[in-house]
Amino acid sequence: MAQPLVASTSTAAPTVDQPPLLEFDHVGLEYPFEGSMRRIIDDVHLSIKPGEFVSFVGPSGCGKTSILRMVSGLSPAPIGEIRCRGDKIKKPLKNVGIAFQNPVLLPWRTTLDNVLLPLEVVQPYKREYKQKKAQFAEMAQDLLTTVRLQDFQKQYPWQLSGGMRQRASLCRSLIHQPEILLLDEPFGALDAFTREEMWGMLQQLWMKVRCVGILITHDLREAVFLSDTVYVMGPRPSNIIRTVKINLPRPRTLEMELSDEFNHLFSEIRSHIHHN
Amino acid sequence: MDISKMMKSKTGTFLLPFVATVLLFVLWELAVLIFKIPPFTLPAPSKIVEATVQYNPQLLAAGWRTLVTTLLGFGLAIATGVILGFSIGYSRFAYLTLYPLLVGFNTIPKVALVPLLAVWFGANEIPAILTAFLLAFFPIAVNVALGLDTVEPEMKDVLRSLGASQVEVFQKVGWPHTLPYLFASLKIAASFAFVGSVISESVASNGGMGYLIVQASSSFDVPLAFAALLGLAVLGILLYGFFAVIEKYVIYWAR
Repeated sequence: MAQPLVASTSTAAPTVDQPPLLEFDHVGLEYPFEGSMRRIIDDVHLSIKPGEFVSFVGPSGCGKTSILRMVSGLSPAPIGEIRCRGDKIKKPLKNVGIAFQNPVLLPWRTTLDNVLLPLEVVQPYKREYKQKKAQFAEMAQDLLTTVRLQDFQKQYPWQLSGGMRQRASLCRSLIHQPEILLLDEPFGALDAFTREEMWGMLQQLWMKVRCVGILITHDLREAVFLSDTVYVMGPRPSNIIRTVKINLPRPRTLEMELSDEFNHLFSEIRSHIHHN
Repeated sequence: MDISKMMKSKTGTFLLPFVATVLLFVLWELAVLIFKIPPFTLPAPSKIVEATVQYNPQLLAAGWRTLVTTLLGFGLAIATGVILGFSIGYSRFAYLTLYPLLVGFNTIPKVALVPLLAVWFGANEIPAILTAFLLAFFPIAVNVALGLDTVEPEMKDVLRSLGASQVEVFQKVGWPHTLPYLFASLKIAASFAFVGSVISESVASNGGMGYLIVQASSSFDVPLAFAALLGLAVLGILLYGFFAVIEKYVIYWAR
């Protein structure tokens, strides 16, 4: 069933008594390096509730991106396990949305058709795609309007700027109402102004869907701005060395960045980042 | 006249190549007249036109045969090249076993194979079709494999994370991504097929443009040989143009 893209109140905010959607059960990762196994991730043990937005920050090479690949099931966790609704993740999950630093839009599709791509693949939309194409296109247009791309639906990716492509990529990652949104440094290649603009748009998009969001980023302000929880990872072999709850009200605004509370959270996280 | 302005205008892009071609033939005609070059060394364009009119039926028949032979060989090359390209691009096993063999085989000058083909199949169309095929399939196979190999891994990840099957990943990403590579190779391969069939016709055959040129030269009818050469040039340009136009329509999205 294709539901309209409106946040239902039942999943509006993570509450204390909800069972977790994702559980990391002593997850580790090793990589062969110069003849022996090198431990990248030591032991990550945490759980994420439905509708929670979390960020992983930490020095480069601490295995942040690997965490995303393990959650998505593209490369399942080799040590320990990650469970989604209690089931061990062994192969690619079907209902996730992914956006990378590289927007990887399909160059032969218009913006609108790029956003519609997941609906051609994911059930139950796939089954109804032919009959409900018009309705699906409306859903896509709704998302594109949120990120102010409504006038660029018919354009091809090469006709868009980098920021516009990334916005289209975000719409694509959310159109099929995924349970989990995975973001791997999605704004890493954008300039500072565009990036701050994108935070607001991502927040707006996410508040429509209210799925679990997992953001990998180097930008600590970005992590504070977008997350309910920020996990700070230590140097290799990495652990979660600090868990910071962000209780700023939503929707968050760029003005909040100037508040004492925001800056206090920012400096707390900053003080825990070690360099490899 | 302002040439630099002309080069940017639309009429200029059509007019200038035309003017250059006409100019070449005028200079050629003048050179033959001024230096009194005998027709059996270098016939003037007027003599070539004369020969074209005089031998029109033979030229048309030979041209038709060469065209059909080329297209048959080329068709075989597309089918084989695409299948080989996909196997090499998708299967590591095929890459390790087939690819080295193909590269090795491709180093053999194909002209050297024509006498053998004539021994096996006789001096007829078949060696020409096969030579066209042998020259043309390699660039197609290599380009298709390259196209598949250069799909961005993240693009595949996006689809795999949606639970797409291998077939769906191919449909949505692999195939469209490979199309520009395929078409780039088709333009080259069409010319290669053409070269292959003409070479084969001139070494061992009983018809076609290659055969006609050899016959004309051995009876010192050089204007006829030139008429056949010009006919080949026209055919070659048509083939190339055909694929260039199709390419424009199929991969309209590529810059």
